[in-house]
Amino acid sequence: MTSLPRSRTDLFWSFSWLGLQGFGGVLAVVQRELVDRKKWMTLSEFAEEWALAQTLPGPNVVNLSVMFGGKHFGPSGAFAALSGLLFFPGLLMLAIVFTFQAFAHLPVVASALHGMGVAAAGMVLAAGWRFMPTLQQHPIGFPLALGFAALSFALAALVHWPLAHVIALVGSLSCGLAWWRLVPKDAA
Amino acid sequence: MTWQLWLDLHLHFCMLSLLAVGGALAIIPEMHRYLVTDLHLMSEIAFSQSVTLSQIAPGPNILLVAVMGWNIGLQSAGGFEAGAAAIGLGLFMALGLLAAVVLPSSLLSYFMVKWLQLHQHARGVRAFKAGMIPLVMGLMLSAGWLLQTASNPQTDWRLLLICGVCMVLVLKTRVHLLWLMLGGAVVGALLGL
Repeated sequence: MTSLPRSRTDLFWSFSWLGLQGFGGVLAVVQRELVDRKKWMTLSEFAEEWALAQTLPGPNVVNLSVMFGGKHFGPSGAFAALSGLLFFPGLLMLAIVFTFQAFAHLPVVASALHGMGVAAAGMVLAAGWRFMPTLQQHPIGFPLALGFAALSFALAALVHWPLAHVIALVGSLSCGLAWWRLVPKDAA
Repeated sequence: MTWQLWLDLHLHFCMLSLLAVGGALAIIPEMHRYLVTDLHLMSEIAFSQSVTLSQIAPGPNILLVAVMGWNIGLQSAGGFEAGAAAIGLGLFMALGLLAAVVLPSSLLSYFMVKWLQLHQHARGVRAFKAGMIPLVMGLMLSAGWLLQTASNPQTDWRLLLICGVCMVLVLKTRVHLLWLMLGGAVVGALLGL
């Protein structure tokens, strides 16, 4: 049994609460809040919306908030959910940055920031590495998929190509090849 | 900060919004190239601090763009020493760049969702989804690489080790990310890295 968001205000506060709980991965938090607690959608509805949000450019959870708010209250609902998601977390983040920068001249704070910086780098590297199993089942085959991943790494990290060029080159090759391999089911 | 530069920055982040397949982490390499390497609006250390501090706060990763806007505004007006004017410009840039990076993709989501729901199993959509995965993976790995290099310009092996240990812990355990950040901070401070 699902229920509905009562108002735009309800959307704003619900997404604020959701945003404030999301450290690192938001997927689990979104699912717990929207499916388990609020019962605003079923698990399968959530899975479908999440897949749609992932296909479109932009952060998944931001896209999901826009899609969900828009579905219930139109443009103003989308705006209420989006601003809820970003407003309080944004304020909190600026407060944290402000505090750290006020003490950044102290050597011990600078050292701590170096340590945290490489820890964050490790977390981002892990987030990228998590795609490895998906590559192994990729329609264009593991070696080619891995090759495209390595090529975009080299172009972005080592050669410093603009992102638009990387996407134009690697994206068109990779998507084109996937299109060719994903033969329509009735023809196969 | 000239109006021309202000406009260029916002237009660039609007474009990035539409290129951000894979989310905020995937556009980190482009922000590094544009803001640090090309325009020299941020130092390596300010860049790595922006990303790092955004990771210890809750909320969507895209908020790191607001932190970058804050740093760009603050520095271009002369830093904390310049007082209220610099802080005001920092907040103004934070809000402006965040809006620039969020609104285009949000508008696209708003208007595309019905179309996409109908066509999500079409060959073209599936090919796009699958085809972008290797690219997103490569971009996230380059984001991690650039962040490591920016936080560790001397390539200190102890910092490299912290980075590697954190990567393995995230992949092999369910330890909360905040503990890893705290661990990195404590080890960094104790060793004076």
